[in-house]
Amino acid sequence: MLNTFLGLVFSTAFLASSISYATPFVLAAMGGIVSERSGVLNLGLEGMMLTGALFAFMGSYYTGNPAVGVLTAIVASMLLGFIHAYSCIELGSNQVVTAVAINIFALGITSALFNALFGISAGRVTAPGFASIRIPLLEKIPVLGTALFGQNVFVYLAYILVPLTYVLFFKTKIGLNIRASGEFPKAANTMGVPVEKVRFYSVIYSSAIAGIAGASLSIAGINMFIENISAGRGFIAFACIILGKFNPIGATMAALLFGMTEGIQLRIQAAGIPVPYQLPLMFPYILTIVMLLLVGSKFSPQSWGVPFFSDDDQ
Amino acid sequence: MSEILVLKNITKAFPKVIANQDVNFSLQKGQVHALLGENGAGKTTLMNCVCGLYQQTSGEIFINNQAVRIDNCSQAVAHGIGMVHQHFMLVPELSVAENVILGLKREKDFFIKIEDVEREVAELSEKYHFGLNPKAFIKDLPVGMQQRVEILKVIYRQASIIILDEATAVLTPQESEELFHIVENLVKQEKSVILITHKLSEVMRLADQVTVLRDGKVVGTVSKEKTNERELAKMMVGRDVLFDFKRGKELEKSLKMNVENLTVIDTRGIEKIHQLSFSLYSGEILGVAGVDGNGQLELSEALTGMTTYHGGSITLADKTYKHMSTKESYRNGVSHIPQDRQHTGLIMERSLEKNMILADYWKKEFSSYGFLNQKSITKHAATLMQSFDIKASSPLARIRELSGGNQQKVILAREISRGPDILIAVQPTRGLDIGATEFVRQQLIDERDKGTAVLLISTELDEIMQVADRIAVLYKGEFMGILDRDCLDVHEIGLMMAGVRKKEMEGGYDEA
Repeated sequence: MLNTFLGLVFSTAFLASSISYATPFVLAAMGGIVSERSGVLNLGLEGMMLTGALFAFMGSYYTGNPAVGVLTAIVASMLLGFIHAYSCIELGSNQVVTAVAINIFALGITSALFNALFGISAGRVTAPGFASIRIPLLEKIPVLGTALFGQNVFVYLAYILVPLTYVLFFKTKIGLNIRASGEFPKAANTMGVPVEKVRFYSVIYSSAIAGIAGASLSIAGINMFIENISAGRGFIAFACIILGKFNPIGATMAALLFGMTEGIQLRIQAAGIPVPYQLPLMFPYILTIVMLLLVGSKFSPQSWGVPFFSDDDQ
Repeated sequence: MSEILVLKNITKAFPKVIANQDVNFSLQKGQVHALLGENGAGKTTLMNCVCGLYQQTSGEIFINNQAVRIDNCSQAVAHGIGMVHQHFMLVPELSVAENVILGLKREKDFFIKIEDVEREVAELSEKYHFGLNPKAFIKDLPVGMQQRVEILKVIYRQASIIILDEATAVLTPQESEELFHIVENLVKQEKSVILITHKLSEVMRLADQVTVLRDGKVVGTVSKEKTNERELAKMMVGRDVLFDFKRGKELEKSLKMNVENLTVIDTRGIEKIHQLSFSLYSGEILGVAGVDGNGQLELSEALTGMTTYHGGSITLADKTYKHMSTKESYRNGVSHIPQDRQHTGLIMERSLEKNMILADYWKKEFSSYGFLNQKSITKHAATLMQSFDIKASSPLARIRELSGGNQQKVILAREISRGPDILIAVQPTRGLDIGATEFVRQQLIDERDKGTAVLLISTELDEIMQVADRIAVLYKGEFMGILDRDCLDVHEIGLMMAGVRKKEMEGGYDEA
């Protein structure tokens, strides 16, 4: 039995599926990390992903073009991002509470909309999705080639986004402003950084990327929408950011780990290894808890989740 | 000589207070102009109007004889004004160079050429003898160095007017001396400096001109040559200040508290107090000096049971505690005047009388069978208001409505009226005016004379030198040494504040 298991885990197919499972985590984390580092706690990633997943499906279903689906996903999740940004930054409300509201709202509205439009007993309604694109030459690399370069467009987007986010943070002025706003907003503001604006755009950006991450759940492969399709992935992406110590590379590593866990659990189910199927399903969540307990959030930005108002007179 | 900055009839009003009223001020090019005043006199508010953090309610600002409007910090920078705030505006997680260019509008490029900035920073650091490494992270730098980063930030932005707000507050005497050299250097390079301070010695050492503020108004502007410390103090306070404390004779001493190998680790896992041992005797004031952030807060919280300690023991009333709760500390005769009076010392929204019994509500005189005895609580508060001269409308007044000095008196009254064996006071005069400061210090001495063991933790060296019988210097969670009142040497204390042990000095420490 162990041999079957090991055979399953160390294969090109496993590597390929791990990367594809990790993609929503990577995308959502690359967006979320911008918001977190600017100082706004964005736990609403979950709801934004879920909303993105539904609107991507709808956009693609009604226009027949999955690219339109991605755009509608971005617009819809940005709306939620706007609510989060406005309430956290302009009104200074509790960022966890706002995010919880967004998540509950997203869960309700996506289920209601989906059922209203496609019927409860619709069974399998599918929409056009993105197919895998094989990248010539690169694909020929032994073992890794097909795993890395036989993927769908979201995976490639993730490949690009990780180094881009890194460069954004550590090589650009915008990145410096974002980091300063999350660490010590008062100092940043004194030095002429428009902290509120920086935070606002960071949240909106993170929500847009979360929308794309949501689209990668619904219209890249299964091409369907299922109620609560995100199933906590937004929270896991959030955990990836913490585990990765708020560094894009670290967060990606954590996301890959979770992608692998999800790969393993599906393989265990598929291989018919005689354990109750609920057990492997729990893997990613158990891993989240264990890892968070081990790492904690010691490395978080100093003003993470703390509202800031530049015109706070005495 | 030309006037580089002129303020005409500046008034700044907040919803509840008028911070500045009709202030006139003029700074000559290439001079150091001190803005002298007590805490709350309106010095910082005035300068915040100049550097764009606030906008004045009325009045005009002229730079090089041109009327200007300064609506935000970047406009101030554009006019060549740079302010070094009392609380540093540096991002600890960023490098020196990154902090220097943070928020700079000049850089049009999307990408930061950090190597170029680092080179420029190194050049400036060289020119002004700052000795800064542009790549170092702020969190790894000592306070004195951080301050230089602040000054360099201002120079990098080509400021010609540099405002220093209470610049020596966080420095050791030696670091202060180095800062004075830096200021002299700035003036040599044609910069003009405004020095916000309440320390007379600083004014006499550095300033060309002095403007004294009291209650938001200008008392007068004098040139340093034509004045002296006594006159300035009188202008600042409005009466003669003596700081002449009545001190009783030494009593026979008995051990009240013994601390052995105390170690405190904070939530971030950093050791704040390291194997600290000392004894506290009745009838003495043990002053703990040191630069802020060297474990003062952690020490006081461990001794009062507010935080858990991770090693060592505290012996109180013949019992040795490996762990101690606030209740055990309080009921064994420890009184505590906490550092942050509004946060840990008082319940701001509650009445004065209820705040007076926070620690002793359980005593028979205030409650029986779980019910409060309202009459005696009110009477208790009224008595204390009288004996401590607390100005409040009634015992029912909410604490929030009281002034800072009166709030501190409420704490003093509560803690002292308990008749403590041990009094732990942390920064008891922070933010108070001179009158209240005198009162508080005299109260501490009176307690000592009554036989109480007093532990005074303060970053104001003057305060410690005025009242303490023994002085311990805290540096990175350890005592560098304990000195007797009779053989005090400011220079020696300064070295200890910078981390030199007393033993090392005696072992032939050679001053650089």
